[in-house]
Amino acid sequence: MAEFDPNAPAASPPHGGAPSAWGGPAATAGSRLLVADDNKVNRLLLGRSLEVLGHRVAMAENGRVALEMLRRERYDLLLLDMEMPEMTGFEVLEQMVADLQLRDLPVIVTSSLEGVAHVARCIELGADDYLPKPVNPVLLKARINSSLEKKRLRDQQKELVRRFATSEVAEDLQRSGFALGGKRIRGTVMFCDIRGFTSITEQQTPEETIELLNTFYTLMFDAITGAGGVVNQMVGDGLMSIFGAPLPLADACGSAVRAAREMIELIEMLNVERQAGGRMPLKIGIGIATGDMIAGYTGTHARATYTCIGDAVNLAARLEAHTKVAGRPILVDGDTACSLDDAHALEALGAVQLKGKAATVEVFAVSA
Amino acid sequence: MAEPVIDPATFAELQDTAGAEFVGDLVATFLEEAPQMLAELRAAQSAASADRFRRAAHSLKSNANTFGALRLGEMARRLELGGLAVDTGPIDALQAEYDRVAAALQELTGG
Repeated sequence: MAEFDPNAPAASPPHGGAPSAWGGPAATAGSRLLVADDNKVNRLLLGRSLEVLGHRVAMAENGRVALEMLRRERYDLLLLDMEMPEMTGFEVLEQMVADLQLRDLPVIVTSSLEGVAHVARCIELGADDYLPKPVNPVLLKARINSSLEKKRLRDQQKELVRRFATSEVAEDLQRSGFALGGKRIRGTVMFCDIRGFTSITEQQTPEETIELLNTFYTLMFDAITGAGGVVNQMVGDGLMSIFGAPLPLADACGSAVRAAREMIELIEMLNVERQAGGRMPLKIGIGIATGDMIAGYTGTHARATYTCIGDAVNLAARLEAHTKVAGRPILVDGDTACSLDDAHALEALGAVQLKGKAATVEVFAVSA
Repeated sequence: MAEPVIDPATFAELQDTAGAEFVGDLVATFLEEAPQMLAELRAAQSAASADRFRRAAHSLKSNANTFGALRLGEMARRLELGGLAVDTGPIDALQAEYDRVAAALQELTGG
């Protein structure tokens, strides 16, 4: 269906000198709305009232067409009639709930179906609000503004999650919702840290340090996410990442080691630049361990983080610390080592007594 | 005189909020569409299709109330909720009321 024609006579402001009940454009004006109604009079009138509010309006004459349009283009809000041929509003709502792309689109049901049961069913199926027909213009404006405002906040939240979590965690959150507590998985954990970071910070300005950290994190993220890992914690000059959660990974050990080798390579390239500028080279240590762990959200409902808990996590942190002693940049545990193929050159360092561990641990160095 | 065919307050409010010119177009659309709904109502009654009957009555009700044709709206509502009509009597009555509504709307919009 075509856009609501802005040149039609309908586009002129309401007649009469008294202020209109629609009260002119609101703060959320300029949004893109879709009206789905099989009845032409209803469709035109609703389109008109939304246009007067300052929105851009497209129209669909049944549920099937509406769904097609929603999947083809971006809309900010859907006004949905229930009683429609080909596909009813109920069916549209059901399909939207099942569609990750459409699930968060606000829907206001406009219907003259009678009975509270209908209203309840719409709300259960995820509709934001219900307006009986004929639609009261004052209520329409209030409901639309409130729905658009809620959508704006939701979008903002999604953007924050996207920026500060990872796309995997964000998707996992969107799919399964947020719940504290975890599930048991088998995965590979990597810790990485800048060696002698304190002495580097002492030799440069705070601005230079921040810039260095940003460069460092950009390079490390690139290597880790490129290999299928997820960075889930950044602390000072160190970071923790997980391979194999929240989404399973075919070769978690190999991916982690590939990422580690690329990280070393990237740091070496950075050092060429730094040394040309007369600055100290960076050195990093990487510890990798594999095992069963609990992955999930820990914290409170107000503030939580996606993380993994388990022996392998502690072990990876200890191995990272041990790189200083061993003088090797990448150390892995036995479980990781035995899953690696010949593409990675390993050197057995023998059993090592690590801090905080009762038993000795077989340690392997990976040649960068 | 009984209550008017078109409730003046409802119609005036519609004109005030949507614009008189736009309401003129809207009335024209209604006068094009409504006969089809009435025809559908008759077809559904003779085909004994309760669902089609209910939907056609539902559409008429919705549009009638928009323009303030309250009696027409109420008659259509009774058909919507009352199930398939046993004969064409209620549809004939609805048709007669619609004819009055159409004439009144044409007069109101100068058409």
